[in-house]
Amino acid sequence: MTVLSRRTVTRTVERSARLWEASPLTYITLIFAIVLSAFPLYWMLVIASRTNQDVGSIPPPLVLGQHLFENIGRVFGNQNAHFAKALVNSAIASSVVAISVVFFSSLAGFAFAKLRFRGRNALLLIIVATMMVPVQMGIIPLYMLMVKIHWTGQLQAVIVPFLVTGFGVFMMRQYAEQAIPDELIEAARVDGASTFRIFWSVVFPALRPAAAVLALFQFMQTWNEFMWNFAVLTPDNPTVQYALAQLNGTYYADYSMVFSGTAIATVPLLVVFIVFGRQIIGGIMEGAIKA
Amino acid sequence: MTLDLQTAARPKPAPARPPRGAWRNRLDAKASPYLYISPFYLLFLAFGLFPLGYTFWVSLHHWDILGNNHYTGLRNYQLLLTDPDFWNAVTNTVAMFVIATVPQLLGAMFLANALNRKLRAQTLFRMGVLAPMVTSVAAVGIVFSQLFGRDYGLINWLLHFAGVHNIDWQAHQWSQWTAISTMVDWRWTGYNTLIFLAGMQAIPRDLYEAAAIDGASRRVQFWRITVPSLRPTIIFTSIVSTIGGLQLFTEPLMFNQNLMQGGSLRQGQTVAMYMYESAFQRFQYGYGSAVAWMLFLLIIIIALINYLITRRLAGGRI
Repeated sequence: MTVLSRRTVTRTVERSARLWEASPLTYITLIFAIVLSAFPLYWMLVIASRTNQDVGSIPPPLVLGQHLFENIGRVFGNQNAHFAKALVNSAIASSVVAISVVFFSSLAGFAFAKLRFRGRNALLLIIVATMMVPVQMGIIPLYMLMVKIHWTGQLQAVIVPFLVTGFGVFMMRQYAEQAIPDELIEAARVDGASTFRIFWSVVFPALRPAAAVLALFQFMQTWNEFMWNFAVLTPDNPTVQYALAQLNGTYYADYSMVFSGTAIATVPLLVVFIVFGRQIIGGIMEGAIKA
Repeated sequence: MTLDLQTAARPKPAPARPPRGAWRNRLDAKASPYLYISPFYLLFLAFGLFPLGYTFWVSLHHWDILGNNHYTGLRNYQLLLTDPDFWNAVTNTVAMFVIATVPQLLGAMFLANALNRKLRAQTLFRMGVLAPMVTSVAAVGIVFSQLFGRDYGLINWLLHFAGVHNIDWQAHQWSQWTAISTMVDWRWTGYNTLIFLAGMQAIPRDLYEAAAIDGASRRVQFWRITVPSLRPTIIFTSIVSTIGGLQLFTEPLMFNQNLMQGGSLRQGQTVAMYMYESAFQRFQYGYGSAVAWMLFLLIIIIALINYLITRRLAGGRI
């Protein structure tokens, strides 16, 4: 009897270990998924490095060509696209928004997680509720407001409204709650530090991992923003997505030029993604567990 | 609230500060929290809440670009309800949303299940599925418009091996729905996969071991354990997809080369595009605002329906 039960136990253990083994089929599925994910990005580079004759041939070209730099030169040389200006504008807008969102969200997240004040829960609930509101809904009056304060066509119109977000505050609050022990703050208080001093020297350094993820997200989001920019900016002072739309709308037959513009606008983000991919994935998955 | 109890139980530290700065310390403790959270509320008030409320006010007027306006009550809404272009946009939006979201969430769950194993090069696989999310919507729109091109597009070229003659993907409603949904799926499936994966990793493993001992196959385990345990995650992803999916704007716009009508017969125009067209191309601010509020209503209704369906689907299995 004892022999039999021991065998059952070993078999059970073996089986439960095998339960989580990846089969070859799992690998095939995942590799197929990755190929589907990567192909359009690869395709973008193929077309960007070809001539328009190549693009219009059957069968379509499937490997990289040699005209990438020539095509890129045509994008920057295009008088109507303002592509260099668009890149600079997008870099400024994305950096300013990312830094500001991280700073103000950390400050507010710290207050919500670690300070005691009247109405704290109700105020936090309001922030969560605002995350559910579709922003696009308000763009008509927002545009009218911009007309009134003479901000249409100006870069600050796509920066100032987004300097702090509900998502950012909520994310930093969740992180601060579990990352910073109350004792740490109490100790700094006993030493006579002011609240801001506590935030700057004690809290903010501890929030750094979450702050980095938030900064990355925010940078990418601002870089990729489209509808509001399209409404409020003008073709001669665009951000990069707006410039792409201009190119696509005007020169859609000139695929190799439009695609090399698209590649220039996308490759920086892909590089950031490859360098910080692990952190970005961690950020998404941690947020998901809490949501 | 729990925080208050904890600090009350702990002995208060002796007042170590000189009495001279006492009022300043008290002011610091009282005012700082409000000061720190105020930027969000101020900004939201100015650029979020005010425009939302004002949208409703404007929607009750005939309002043109010069600011000339007169109050018309619910007339804009009345017109909207009998406007065939509006209903066409609603049909397109809802159709693209359904065609995009259902396969997207199923595919994401399937992929998450595959990723939730002992894998080599785990991070590589996760990054691989997430990469499309980094790409901008404009870039996605441009690349897929070419892939779906009539004469030289890769997709038509592949289809011709199956004997399908060149499809003009921009010309018909069904083909626009298909092409645009494909773009949305390509960009968002990986993100939802990671959300599902996070949910799956929170399911206790002994549940599966117990089921395996009882002889349940992997398929049975997936439907009887994984899906019901993922219920909160499924509800979350479907609501997020609803809010995003119904505001579809950039993909159809790029696919139609910036034509806000979404094609000559409006075959690819979404509600967000119709709002934009009314307000920023026909300069009917009042009418455009009414479209915006109807879109908001549509989002709420569909999110509710979605919530009821997913709750029942995921809960009914156990």
